[in-house]
Amino acid sequence: MWSGEYLFVLHNLVLKDFRVRYRNMSLGVLWSLLNPLVMMGVLTFVFTKLFPNPRVHFAVFLLCALIPLSFFQVSWSSGTGAIVDNAGLIKKVRVPRELFPVASVLSNFIHVLIQLGLLAIIALISGVHITLSWFWLPVILGLEVVFATGLVLATSSLNVYLRDTRYVVDSFNTILFWLVPVFYDFSAIPKKYADVYQYNPIAALVLAMRQVILLGNPPSAVLMLKTVLVSCLSLTLGVFIFGRLKQEFYDQI
Amino acid sequence: MNAVSFQHVSKTFPHHAGRMLLRERVKHLFEKRMAQPFYALKNVSFTLRPGESLGIVGSNGAGKSTLLGLAAQIVRPSAGQVIVNGRIAALLELGSGFHPDLTGEENVYLNASLLGLTRAQTRSSYPEIVEFAEIGDFIQEPLRTYSSGMVMRLAFSVAVNLDPDVLIIDEVLGVGDAAFQAKCFDRIRAFRRARKTLVCVSHAKEALSEICDTAIWLDHGEVMMQGSVEQVWQAYTGGPVVSM
Repeated sequence: MWSGEYLFVLHNLVLKDFRVRYRNMSLGVLWSLLNPLVMMGVLTFVFTKLFPNPRVHFAVFLLCALIPLSFFQVSWSSGTGAIVDNAGLIKKVRVPRELFPVASVLSNFIHVLIQLGLLAIIALISGVHITLSWFWLPVILGLEVVFATGLVLATSSLNVYLRDTRYVVDSFNTILFWLVPVFYDFSAIPKKYADVYQYNPIAALVLAMRQVILLGNPPSAVLMLKTVLVSCLSLTLGVFIFGRLKQEFYDQI
Repeated sequence: MNAVSFQHVSKTFPHHAGRMLLRERVKHLFEKRMAQPFYALKNVSFTLRPGESLGIVGSNGAGKSTLLGLAAQIVRPSAGQVIVNGRIAALLELGSGFHPDLTGEENVYLNASLLGLTRAQTRSSYPEIVEFAEIGDFIQEPLRTYSSGMVMRLAFSVAVNLDPDVLIIDEVLGVGDAAFQAKCFDRIRAFRRARKTLVCVSHAKEALSEICDTAIWLDHGEVMMQGSVEQVWQAYTGGPVVSM
Protein backbone atom coordinates (compact mmCIF):
# COMPACT_ATOMS: atom_id res chain seq x y z
CA MET A 1 0.00 0.00 0.00
CA TRP A 2 0.99 3.61 -0.59
CA SER A 3 1.43 4.98 2.88
CA GLY A 4 1.73 8.69 2.27
CA GLU A 5 -0.45 11.61 3.18
CA TYR A 6 -2.94 13.01 0.68
CA LEU A 7 -2.73 16.56 2.00
CA PHE A 8 1.05 16.55 2.11
CA VAL A 9 1.26 15.52 -1.55
CA LEU A 10 -1.39 18.05 -2.57
CA HIS A 11 0.43 20.78 -0.69
CA ASN A 12 3.70 19.94 -2.44
CA LEU A 13 2.14 19.64 -5.90
CA VAL A 14 0.34 22.97 -5.58
CA LEU A 15 3.45 24.70 -4.25
CA LYS A 16 5.49 23.23 -7.08
CA ASP A 17 3.09 24.60 -9.70
CA PHE A 18 3.11 27.99 -8.06
CA ARG A 19 6.88 28.20 -7.64
CA VAL A 20 7.70 26.89 -11.08
CA ARG A 21 5.33 29.34 -12.69
CA TYR A 22 6.54 32.46 -10.95
CA ARG A 23 10.06 31.97 -9.74
CA ASN A 24 11.80 32.91 -12.96
CA MET A 25 9.59 35.85 -13.86
CA SER A 26 10.53 39.37 -12.95
CA LEU A 27 6.90 40.38 -12.40
CA GLY A 28 6.17 37.27 -10.37
CA VAL A 29 2.66 36.98 -9.01
CA LEU A 30 1.55 40.18 -10.78
CA TRP A 31 1.09 38.06 -13.90
CA SER A 32 -1.99 36.46 -12.42
CA LEU A 33 -3.52 39.94 -12.16
CA LEU A 34 -2.55 40.97 -15.65
CA ASN A 35 -4.98 38.76 -17.52
CA PRO A 36 -8.15 39.87 -15.69
CA LEU A 37 -6.94 43.50 -15.77
CA VAL A 38 -6.43 43.41 -19.53
CA MET A 39 -9.80 41.73 -20.11
CA MET A 40 -11.47 44.20 -17.80
CA GLY A 41 -9.81 47.15 -19.53
CA VAL A 42 -10.75 46.04 -23.03
CA LEU A 43 -14.33 45.12 -22.20
CA THR A 44 -14.83 48.32 -20.20
CA PHE A 45 -13.58 50.35 -23.15
CA VAL A 46 -15.81 48.53 -25.63
CA PHE A 47 -18.96 48.63 -23.53
CA THR A 48 -18.67 52.09 -22.05
CA LYS A 49 -17.03 54.02 -24.89
CA LEU A 50 -17.92 52.17 -28.11
CA PHE A 51 -21.31 50.81 -27.04
CA PRO A 52 -22.22 52.92 -24.03
CA ASN A 53 -24.45 51.25 -21.48
CA PRO A 54 -26.15 52.77 -18.44
CA ARG A 55 -24.71 50.33 -15.92
CA VAL A 56 -22.77 51.81 -13.00
CA HIS A 57 -19.63 50.13 -11.62
CA PHE A 58 -19.14 48.37 -14.91
CA ALA A 59 -15.56 47.29 -14.12
CA VAL A 60 -16.67 45.57 -10.90
CA PHE A 61 -19.61 44.07 -12.77
CA LEU A 62 -17.14 42.56 -15.25
CA LEU A 63 -14.69 41.26 -12.65
CA CYS A 64 -17.50 39.43 -10.83
CA ALA A 65 -17.77 37.31 -13.96
CA LEU A 66 -14.19 37.29 -15.24
CA ILE A 67 -12.66 35.90 -12.04
CA PRO A 68 -14.86 32.81 -11.63
CA LEU A 69 -15.04 32.28 -15.40
CA SER A 70 -11.31 32.37 -16.05
CA PHE A 71 -10.65 30.17 -13.02
CA PHE A 72 -13.08 27.64 -14.41
CA GLN A 73 -11.71 27.78 -17.95
CA VAL A 74 -8.07 27.47 -16.96
CA SER A 75 -8.73 24.75 -14.37
CA TRP A 76 -10.83 22.70 -16.73
CA SER A 77 -8.39 23.01 -19.60
CA SER A 78 -5.18 22.36 -17.68
CA GLY A 79 -6.81 19.85 -15.32
CA THR A 80 -7.97 17.75 -18.27
CA GLY A 81 -4.34 17.17 -19.18
CA ALA A 82 -3.29 16.40 -15.61
CA ILE A 83 -3.03 12.63 -16.01
CA VAL A 84 -1.45 12.55 -19.45
CA ASP A 85 1.00 15.33 -18.54
CA ASN A 86 2.08 13.37 -15.46
CA ALA A 87 2.47 10.10 -17.35
CA GLY A 88 6.01 9.71 -16.01
CA LEU A 89 4.81 9.75 -12.43
CA ILE A 90 1.74 7.62 -13.16
CA LYS A 91 4.00 4.88 -14.50
CA LYS A 92 6.61 5.05 -11.78
CA VAL A 93 4.99 6.04 -8.50
CA ARG A 94 2.10 4.52 -6.64
CA VAL A 95 0.71 7.87 -5.50
CA PRO A 96 -3.11 8.03 -5.76
CA ARG A 97 -3.92 9.24 -9.27
CA GLU A 98 -6.74 11.52 -8.16
CA LEU A 99 -4.20 13.87 -6.64
CA PHE A 100 -2.94 15.19 -9.99
CA PRO A 101 -6.21 16.63 -11.33
CA VAL A 102 -7.17 17.87 -7.87
CA ALA A 103 -3.81 19.59 -7.43
CA SER A 104 -4.20 21.17 -10.84
CA VAL A 105 -7.53 22.74 -9.87
CA LEU A 106 -6.23 23.90 -6.51
CA SER A 107 -3.12 25.53 -7.91
CA ASN A 108 -5.32 27.59 -10.20
CA PHE A 109 -7.42 28.55 -7.23
CA ILE A 110 -4.44 30.39 -5.73
CA HIS A 111 -4.83 32.92 -8.54
CA VAL A 112 -8.45 33.45 -7.61
CA LEU A 113 -7.37 34.44 -4.12
CA ILE A 114 -4.93 36.97 -5.57
CA GLN A 115 -7.56 38.25 -7.99
CA LEU A 116 -10.06 38.72 -5.17
CA GLY A 117 -7.62 41.26 -3.76
CA LEU A 118 -7.76 43.06 -7.10
CA LEU A 119 -11.56 42.92 -7.03
CA ALA A 120 -11.64 44.50 -3.58
CA ILE A 121 -9.34 47.31 -4.71
CA ILE A 122 -11.33 48.04 -7.87
CA ALA A 123 -14.54 47.91 -5.83
CA LEU A 124 -13.19 50.49 -3.38
CA ILE A 125 -11.95 52.75 -6.18
CA SER A 126 -15.29 52.69 -8.00
CA GLY A 127 -17.23 53.28 -4.81
CA VAL A 128 -18.83 49.88 -4.26
CA HIS A 129 -19.21 49.23 -0.55
CA ILE A 130 -17.61 46.15 0.87
CA THR A 131 -20.26 44.59 3.08
CA LEU A 132 -20.52 41.61 5.39
CA SER A 133 -22.13 39.61 2.60
CA TRP A 134 -18.64 39.31 1.09
CA PHE A 135 -18.28 36.45 3.54
CA TRP A 136 -20.40 34.50 1.06
CA LEU A 137 -17.57 34.61 -1.47
CA PRO A 138 -15.67 31.65 0.05
CA VAL A 139 -18.88 29.60 -0.13
CA ILE A 140 -19.59 30.52 -3.74
CA LEU A 141 -16.01 29.97 -4.86
CA GLY A 142 -15.74 26.80 -2.79
CA LEU A 143 -18.72 25.41 -4.68
CA GLU A 144 -17.02 26.32 -7.92
CA VAL A 145 -13.91 24.39 -6.84
CA VAL A 146 -16.08 21.35 -6.11
CA PHE A 147 -17.86 21.64 -9.44
CA ALA A 148 -14.61 22.10 -11.38
CA THR A 149 -12.90 19.23 -9.54
CA GLY A 150 -15.69 16.82 -10.46
CA LEU A 151 -15.60 17.85 -14.08
CA VAL A 152 -11.80 17.71 -14.23
CA LEU A 153 -11.75 14.22 -12.68
CA ALA A 154 -14.08 13.05 -15.44
CA THR A 155 -12.33 14.72 -18.38
CA SER A 156 -8.76 14.04 -17.21
CA SER A 157 -9.47 10.31 -17.08
CA LEU A 158 -11.33 10.38 -20.40
CA ASN A 159 -8.40 12.22 -21.92
CA VAL A 160 -6.19 9.19 -21.27
CA TYR A 161 -8.36 7.10 -23.59
CA LEU A 162 -9.39 9.79 -26.06
CA ARG A 163 -6.69 12.42 -26.32
CA ASP A 164 -9.10 14.63 -28.24
CA THR A 165 -10.92 15.36 -24.99
CA ARG A 166 -8.62 18.28 -24.36
CA TYR A 167 -9.59 20.00 -27.60
CA VAL A 168 -13.26 19.43 -26.96
CA VAL A 169 -12.83 21.05 -23.56
CA ASP A 170 -11.05 24.03 -25.10
CA SER A 171 -13.86 24.52 -27.59
CA PHE A 172 -16.41 24.41 -24.80
CA ASN A 173 -14.40 27.00 -22.94
CA THR A 174 -14.48 29.36 -25.91
CA ILE A 175 -18.24 29.01 -26.21
CA LEU A 176 -18.61 29.46 -22.47
CA PHE A 177 -17.34 33.04 -22.60
CA TRP A 178 -20.44 33.98 -24.58
CA LEU A 179 -22.87 31.82 -22.64
CA VAL A 180 -21.89 33.28 -19.28
CA PRO A 181 -23.22 36.77 -18.57
CA VAL A 182 -19.82 38.46 -18.57
CA PHE A 183 -20.64 41.81 -20.18
CA TYR A 184 -24.42 41.55 -20.13
CA ASP A 185 -26.87 41.00 -17.31
CA PHE A 186 -28.93 37.94 -16.58
CA SER A 187 -32.09 40.05 -16.95
CA ALA A 188 -31.17 40.80 -20.58
CA ILE A 189 -31.78 37.20 -21.59
CA PRO A 190 -35.09 36.63 -23.38
CA LYS A 191 -37.59 34.64 -21.38
CA LYS A 192 -37.60 31.63 -23.67
CA TYR A 193 -33.86 31.06 -23.15
CA ALA A 194 -33.73 31.98 -19.48
CA ASP A 195 -35.00 28.60 -18.31
CA VAL A 196 -32.25 26.74 -20.14
CA TYR A 197 -29.72 29.35 -19.21
CA GLN A 198 -30.12 28.90 -15.50
CA TYR A 199 -28.80 25.35 -15.79
CA ASN A 200 -25.40 26.73 -16.66
CA PRO A 201 -23.61 26.40 -13.31
CA ILE A 202 -20.95 28.98 -14.12
CA ALA A 203 -23.63 31.52 -15.00
CA ALA A 204 -25.28 30.76 -11.68
CA LEU A 205 -22.03 31.40 -9.84
CA VAL A 206 -21.56 34.72 -11.64
CA LEU A 207 -25.07 35.70 -10.68
CA ALA A 208 -24.38 34.83 -7.04
CA MET A 209 -21.14 36.85 -7.13
CA ARG A 210 -23.03 39.91 -8.40
CA GLN A 211 -25.75 39.58 -5.80
CA VAL A 212 -23.11 39.54 -3.11
CA ILE A 213 -20.77 42.22 -4.40
CA LEU A 214 -22.92 44.70 -6.31
CA LEU A 215 -26.15 44.46 -4.32
CA GLY A 216 -24.59 43.61 -0.98
CA ASN A 217 -27.14 40.83 -0.47
CA PRO A 218 -26.62 37.19 0.35
CA PRO A 219 -27.16 35.06 -2.77
CA SER A 220 -30.72 33.86 -3.19
CA ALA A 221 -31.49 30.55 -1.49
CA VAL A 222 -32.84 28.83 -4.60
CA LEU A 223 -29.73 29.75 -6.53
CA MET A 224 -27.42 28.41 -3.84
CA LEU A 225 -29.42 25.21 -3.47
CA LYS A 226 -29.22 24.54 -7.21
CA THR A 227 -25.51 25.25 -7.21
CA VAL A 228 -24.89 22.93 -4.27
CA LEU A 229 -26.81 20.16 -6.02
CA VAL A 230 -25.00 20.61 -9.32
CA SER A 231 -21.59 20.74 -7.61
CA CYS A 232 -22.24 17.57 -5.63
CA LEU A 233 -23.55 15.83 -8.71
CA SER A 234 -20.46 16.85 -10.66
CA LEU A 235 -18.11 15.60 -7.94
CA THR A 236 -19.95 12.30 -7.52
CA LEU A 237 -19.93 11.63 -11.25
CA GLY A 238 -16.31 12.70 -11.54
CA VAL A 239 -15.17 10.42 -8.72
CA PHE A 240 -17.17 7.55 -10.19
CA ILE A 241 -15.85 7.95 -13.75
CA PHE A 242 -12.29 8.47 -12.59
CA GLY A 243 -12.49 5.41 -10.32
CA ARG A 244 -13.69 3.29 -13.22
CA LEU A 245 -11.13 4.51 -15.73
CA LYS A 246 -8.04 4.74 -13.53
CA GLN A 247 -7.53 0.98 -13.46
CA GLU A 248 -6.27 1.02 -17.02
CA PHE A 249 -4.22 4.22 -16.91
CA TYR A 250 -0.94 2.36 -16.92
CA ASP A 251 -1.83 0.38 -20.03
CA GLN A 252 -3.22 3.32 -21.95
CA ILE A 253 -0.83 6.11 -21.16
CA MET B 1 3.39 -15.16 5.69
CA ASN B 2 5.10 -14.37 2.42
CA ALA B 3 6.38 -10.88 1.79
CA VAL B 4 5.88 -11.10 -1.96
CA SER B 5 3.96 -13.73 -3.83
CA PHE B 6 3.32 -14.03 -7.58
CA GLN B 7 0.94 -16.77 -8.62
CA HIS B 8 0.67 -17.50 -12.35
CA VAL B 9 0.91 -13.83 -13.14
CA SER B 10 0.51 -12.67 -16.72
CA LYS B 11 0.39 -9.18 -18.09
CA THR B 12 -0.80 -8.44 -21.60
CA PHE B 13 -0.94 -5.21 -23.51
CA PRO B 14 -3.16 -4.66 -26.53
CA HIS B 15 -1.12 -4.34 -29.70
CA HIS B 16 -2.92 -1.24 -30.83
CA ALA B 17 -2.30 0.77 -27.68
CA GLY B 18 -0.62 3.54 -29.65
CA ARG B 19 -3.61 4.28 -31.82
CA MET B 20 -6.18 6.50 -30.22
CA LEU B 21 -8.40 7.38 -33.16
CA LEU B 22 -12.13 7.23 -32.64
CA ARG B 23 -12.45 4.98 -35.68
CA GLU B 24 -10.18 2.40 -34.04
CA ARG B 25 -12.05 2.67 -30.80
CA VAL B 26 -15.41 2.03 -32.41
CA LYS B 27 -14.04 -0.82 -34.48
CA HIS B 28 -12.52 -2.26 -31.35
CA LEU B 29 -15.87 -2.24 -29.57
CA PHE B 30 -17.43 -4.49 -32.17
CA GLU B 31 -14.54 -6.82 -32.67
CA LYS B 32 -13.55 -9.52 -30.25
CA ARG B 33 -11.59 -7.88 -27.49
CA MET B 34 -7.82 -8.05 -27.76
CA ALA B 35 -7.55 -10.55 -30.58
CA GLN B 36 -3.76 -10.59 -30.49
CA PRO B 37 -2.49 -9.37 -27.14
CA PHE B 38 1.17 -8.89 -26.48
CA TYR B 39 2.49 -10.79 -23.47
CA ALA B 40 4.81 -8.66 -21.36
CA LEU B 41 4.80 -11.39 -18.72
CA LYS B 42 3.56 -14.93 -19.06
CA ASN B 43 2.68 -17.20 -16.16
CA VAL B 44 5.27 -16.01 -13.66
CA SER B 45 5.24 -17.53 -10.17
CA PHE B 46 7.55 -17.05 -7.20
CA THR B 47 7.37 -16.29 -3.51
CA LEU B 48 9.67 -14.38 -1.20
CA ARG B 49 9.64 -14.69 2.56
CA PRO B 50 10.52 -11.66 4.66
CA GLY B 51 14.26 -11.10 4.55
CA GLU B 52 14.77 -12.76 1.19
CA SER B 53 16.06 -10.89 -1.78
CA LEU B 54 15.54 -11.56 -5.45
CA GLY B 55 17.41 -10.30 -8.47
CA ILE B 56 15.90 -10.16 -11.95
CA VAL B 57 18.05 -10.49 -15.04
CA GLY B 58 17.18 -10.52 -18.70
CA SER B 59 17.72 -8.63 -21.92
CA ASN B 60 15.90 -5.41 -22.79
CA GLY B 61 12.19 -5.93 -23.25
CA ALA B 62 12.17 -9.20 -21.32
CA GLY B 63 9.52 -7.94 -18.91
CA LYS B 64 11.71 -6.99 -15.96
CA SER B 65 10.23 -3.55 -15.45
CA THR B 66 6.71 -4.88 -15.86
CA LEU B 67 7.44 -7.42 -13.14
CA LEU B 68 8.66 -4.68 -10.81
CA GLY B 69 5.63 -2.56 -11.66
CA LEU B 70 3.40 -5.47 -10.71
CA ALA B 71 5.28 -6.02 -7.45
CA ALA B 72 4.98 -2.31 -6.70
CA GLN B 73 1.25 -2.57 -7.44
CA ILE B 74 1.39 0.15 -10.03
CA VAL B 75 0.41 -2.29 -12.77
CA ARG B 76 -2.54 -4.65 -12.47
CA PRO B 77 -2.02 -8.21 -13.63
CA SER B 78 -4.12 -9.43 -16.57
CA ALA B 79 -4.22 -12.88 -15.00
CA GLY B 80 -3.00 -14.45 -11.78
CA GLN B 81 -2.45 -12.88 -8.42
CA VAL B 82 0.14 -10.58 -6.91
CA ILE B 83 0.25 -10.31 -3.12
CA VAL B 84 2.63 -8.02 -1.27
CA ASN B 85 2.55 -7.70 2.50
CA GLY B 86 3.93 -4.65 4.25
CA ARG B 87 4.98 -1.17 3.26
CA ILE B 88 6.31 -1.06 -0.29
CA ALA B 89 8.83 1.41 -1.58
CA ALA B 90 9.36 1.22 -5.30
CA LEU B 91 12.31 2.95 -6.89
CA LEU B 92 11.41 2.42 -10.51
CA GLU B 93 13.26 5.62 -11.25
CA LEU B 94 15.23 8.02 -9.12
CA GLY B 95 13.94 11.48 -8.40
CA SER B 96 10.27 11.08 -9.36
CA GLY B 97 8.73 14.51 -9.62
CA PHE B 98 12.04 16.34 -9.47
CA HIS B 99 11.81 19.72 -11.13
CA PRO B 100 14.88 21.69 -12.26
CA ASP B 101 13.53 25.05 -11.06
CA LEU B 102 12.89 23.90 -7.50
CA THR B 103 15.64 23.90 -4.90
CA GLY B 104 17.10 20.69 -3.55
CA GLU B 105 15.07 21.05 -0.38
CA GLU B 106 11.79 21.61 -2.23
CA ASN B 107 12.50 18.63 -4.44
CA VAL B 108 13.22 16.42 -1.44
CA TYR B 109 9.84 17.29 0.07
CA LEU B 110 7.95 16.77 -3.18
CA ASN B 111 9.72 13.51 -3.99
CA ALA B 112 9.32 12.14 -0.47
CA SER B 113 5.61 12.94 -0.41
CA LEU B 114 5.07 11.21 -3.75
CA LEU B 115 6.99 8.14 -2.62
CA GLY B 116 4.75 7.85 0.42
CA LEU B 117 6.42 9.59 3.35
CA THR B 118 4.18 11.60 5.62
CA ARG B 119 4.95 15.21 6.48
CA ALA B 120 6.27 14.24 9.92
CA GLN B 121 8.45 11.47 8.51
CA THR B 122 9.87 13.77 5.86
CA ARG B 123 10.66 16.48 8.41
CA SER B 124 12.40 14.10 10.77
CA SER B 125 14.47 12.37 8.10
CA TYR B 126 15.29 15.56 6.19
CA PRO B 127 18.60 16.27 7.99
CA GLU B 128 19.69 12.69 7.37
CA ILE B 129 18.74 12.90 3.70
CA VAL B 130 20.82 16.05 3.21
CA GLU B 131 23.68 14.58 5.19
CA PHE B 132 23.64 11.35 3.21
CA ALA B 133 23.56 13.15 -0.16
CA GLU B 134 26.67 15.18 0.74
CA ILE B 135 25.70 18.19 -1.33
CA GLY B 136 26.15 20.77 1.42
CA ASP B 137 24.90 24.31 0.79
CA PHE B 138 23.70 23.40 -2.67
CA ILE B 139 20.54 22.11 -1.05
CA GLN B 140 19.12 25.67 -1.24
CA GLU B 141 20.03 26.09 -4.92
CA PRO B 142 17.79 25.18 -7.86
CA LEU B 143 18.28 21.65 -9.11
CA ARG B 144 19.32 22.86 -12.56
CA THR B 145 22.61 24.07 -11.06
CA TYR B 146 23.46 20.53 -9.87
CA SER B 147 25.67 18.08 -11.69
CA SER B 148 23.84 14.94 -12.74
CA GLY B 149 25.76 12.98 -10.11
CA MET B 150 24.48 15.34 -7.42
CA VAL B 151 20.87 14.99 -8.59
CA MET B 152 21.18 11.22 -8.45
CA ARG B 153 22.76 11.32 -5.01
CA LEU B 154 19.97 13.48 -3.68
CA ALA B 155 17.33 11.22 -5.21
CA PHE B 156 18.94 8.11 -3.80
CA SER B 157 19.21 9.68 -0.35
CA VAL B 158 15.46 10.23 -0.25
CA ALA B 159 14.94 6.67 -1.41
CA VAL B 160 17.13 5.00 1.21
CA ASN B 161 15.33 6.92 3.94
CA LEU B 162 11.95 5.45 3.07
CA ASP B 163 12.32 2.54 5.48
CA PRO B 164 9.92 0.12 3.76
CA ASP B 165 9.29 -3.58 4.42
CA VAL B 166 9.60 -4.39 0.74
CA LEU B 167 12.04 -2.47 -1.43
CA ILE B 168 11.78 -2.64 -5.20
CA ILE B 169 14.68 -1.25 -7.20
CA ASP B 170 15.01 -0.88 -10.97
CA GLU B 171 18.64 -0.50 -12.06
CA VAL B 172 19.22 2.52 -9.91
CA LEU B 173 22.11 1.17 -7.91
CA GLY B 174 24.95 2.52 -9.99
CA VAL B 175 24.65 6.00 -8.59
CA GLY B 176 27.45 8.45 -7.91
CA ASP B 177 31.16 7.85 -7.47
CA ALA B 178 32.79 4.81 -5.89
CA ALA B 179 32.61 6.19 -2.35
CA PHE B 180 28.94 7.01 -2.64
CA GLN B 181 28.16 3.63 -4.16
CA ALA B 182 29.88 1.94 -1.23
CA LYS B 183 27.67 3.96 1.12
CA CYS B 184 24.57 2.88 -0.78
CA PHE B 185 25.54 -0.77 -0.60
CA ASP B 186 26.11 -0.37 3.14
CA ARG B 187 22.58 0.91 3.42
CA ILE B 188 21.18 -2.02 1.50
CA ARG B 189 23.15 -4.51 3.56
CA ALA B 190 21.79 -2.92 6.75
CA PHE B 191 18.35 -3.10 5.22
CA ARG B 192 18.83 -6.79 4.58
CA ARG B 193 20.13 -7.41 8.11
CA ALA B 194 16.88 -5.90 9.33
CA ARG B 195 15.14 -8.80 7.52
CA LYS B 196 13.50 -6.64 4.92
CA THR B 197 12.60 -7.97 1.49
CA LEU B 198 14.23 -6.82 -1.71
CA VAL B 199 13.40 -7.21 -5.39
CA CYS B 200 15.80 -5.64 -7.84
CA VAL B 201 16.75 -5.51 -11.47
CA SER B 202 20.37 -5.04 -12.36
CA HIS B 203 22.71 -5.59 -15.26
CA ALA B 204 25.74 -5.67 -12.96
CA LYS B 205 26.64 -9.09 -11.67
CA GLU B 206 28.68 -7.73 -8.75
CA ALA B 207 25.69 -5.78 -7.47
CA LEU B 208 23.43 -8.79 -7.82
CA SER B 209 25.64 -11.32 -6.08
CA GLU B 210 26.33 -8.76 -3.38
CA ILE B 211 22.73 -8.13 -2.39
CA CYS B 212 20.57 -10.96 -3.75
CA ASP B 213 20.11 -14.56 -2.57
CA THR B 214 18.34 -15.84 -5.62
CA ALA B 215 17.67 -14.66 -9.14
CA ILE B 216 15.20 -15.08 -11.95
CA TRP B 217 16.09 -14.93 -15.62
CA LEU B 218 13.30 -13.53 -17.72
CA ASP B 219 13.09 -13.79 -21.47
CA HIS B 220 10.17 -12.56 -23.59
CA GLY B 221 8.03 -12.46 -20.49
CA GLU B 222 8.72 -16.01 -19.40
CA VAL B 223 10.83 -17.34 -16.57
CA MET B 224 13.76 -19.18 -18.14
CA MET B 225 15.45 -20.07 -14.90
CA GLN B 226 15.20 -19.55 -11.19
CA GLY B 227 17.99 -20.30 -8.73
CA SER B 228 21.12 -18.95 -7.14
CA VAL B 229 22.52 -15.72 -8.58
CA GLU B 230 25.65 -17.51 -9.77
CA GLN B 231 23.81 -20.22 -11.69
CA VAL B 232 21.23 -17.93 -13.20
CA TRP B 233 23.85 -15.41 -14.30
CA GLN B 234 25.86 -18.15 -15.94
CA ALA B 235 22.86 -19.46 -17.80
CA TYR B 236 21.77 -15.96 -18.79
CA THR B 237 25.14 -14.85 -20.15
CA GLY B 238 26.18 -18.24 -21.49
CA GLY B 239 22.85 -19.16 -23.00
CA PRO B 240 21.78 -18.60 -26.59
CA VAL B 241 21.83 -14.99 -27.71
CA VAL B 242 18.32 -13.63 -27.73
CA SER B 243 17.21 -12.03 -30.95
CA MET B 244 15.38 -8.78 -30.47
